[in-house]
Amino acid sequence: MSTSEAIAYAVKQANVDVIAAYPITPQTIIVERLSEYVHNGELDAEYIAVESEHSAMSACVAASLTGARVFTSTASQGLALMHEVLYLASSLRCPIVMAIANRALSAPINIHCDHSDMMGSRDAGWVQIFAENGQQAYDRIFQAFKLAEDEDILLPVGVNIDGFFLSHAVEGIATISDSEAATFLPPRKAKYYLDYSMPMTFGAFALPDWYFEIKHQVVEAMDRVPKKLAEIEETYYKMTGRKYDHVGVYKTEDAEVCLVCAGSSAATAKFAITRLREKGIKAGLLSIRLFRPFPVESILLHVKDVKALIVMDRAMSPGAPSAPIAQDIKATLYDAGLNIPVANFVYGLGGRDISAAEFESIIMKIVESLKAGRPIEKGVMYWGLRA
Amino acid sequence: MASVKTTTLPGGIINRPGSTIDYKTGTWRVKRPVVNLDKCIGCLICWIYCPEPAIIKRDDGKIDFDYDYCKGCGICSLECPTKAIRIVEE
Repeated sequence: MSTSEAIAYAVKQANVDVIAAYPITPQTIIVERLSEYVHNGELDAEYIAVESEHSAMSACVAASLTGARVFTSTASQGLALMHEVLYLASSLRCPIVMAIANRALSAPINIHCDHSDMMGSRDAGWVQIFAENGQQAYDRIFQAFKLAEDEDILLPVGVNIDGFFLSHAVEGIATISDSEAATFLPPRKAKYYLDYSMPMTFGAFALPDWYFEIKHQVVEAMDRVPKKLAEIEETYYKMTGRKYDHVGVYKTEDAEVCLVCAGSSAATAKFAITRLREKGIKAGLLSIRLFRPFPVESILLHVKDVKALIVMDRAMSPGAPSAPIAQDIKATLYDAGLNIPVANFVYGLGGRDISAAEFESIIMKIVESLKAGRPIEKGVMYWGLRA
Repeated sequence: MASVKTTTLPGGIINRPGSTIDYKTGTWRVKRPVVNLDKCIGCLICWIYCPEPAIIKRDDGKIDFDYDYCKGCGICSLECPTKAIRIVEE
């Protein structure tokens, strides 16, 4: 199956009640398959074909408030159009799960992968998970629903897949059975939901006297995510033998240089690191699988003894001192009292591919700087940009 | 606002209907309406126009104000055909 098909299949097995979606490349196949499942009667769900992504997310919020299990999917301009409603979903504590097929933002118009779309909605109060391959994307859908719908969490969850690199890549996917899915993910039991027989107010006006506290609930729920997700990952592991943790860790034990990235690049970087290790270069990899909340504790377990970090961002933040992931890494190190140099590269915008050889060059550049006693370049570097 | 709970439900959900009654918007007022009952003809135009509603209909057909919810907007005074309502400083 392609990753898109795997996600649609997982959503079907998760037995969702409502899907409200608007097709956009490279996410289209996910909602196409879901609409087929509903049409064929394989999935008993309400499929709302809306007129825009803004409406899609609005319909999802309303449906979620009735206590339904809700899924949608989008990418790029679609996520940008949803932007204002994303905040409603998190603040109204709607456990919606959304697959985001990460794609560049216009202009110039481009349909290929980068992480600019999700980074633009970084602060909307959504849990954000990156998948490195189709298998992870499939498995994370079940975990995302279980996490989102937990009464201690009640937050929407984004499952990010690199547009085309993952969304259209075909691989063998180990699936779980429908009965395993039903055991792992029983029907949602909402405590508060829209019901004529017990009137409640959702989304009431809040003045300066209460707005802050209600908004802060999202932070409190986010703080509970790492522990809860770890429990869910453990349960899923016992069922399937597959466990992903909050960061993907590869050869970090004795690493002198550690590369940090997110999404499908992790596999390419792993290949590069394997080759460098054969040459005696002590390089390691941390793949950011849970991006929000940022897995501070998990990262600190692996970076204390490295001499330099290389943070690869597939999104830029014009005018900022670092690109998004590097900002978080630097804050993590600073709070832990670690003064480790961070080389920050922005790469692969608009779907520009990055090869294992390029990852090797990047790592060697930093290794050689360390060896020569040269300082690591500060600020943001743009890898592969035409001079 | 003393009656508003000090904790909130997830997302600020209010699970009790009619709770707005606890929210005394009259505390926002800086000026208040006062009626001259000699001029009031009980037409209730103020009652129709009041956005709150904070006009109370008295047994004798004339009007009074519910100062717990009157925000002091002054529409009643503006609309009164007999100029029976004055707006005064609090």
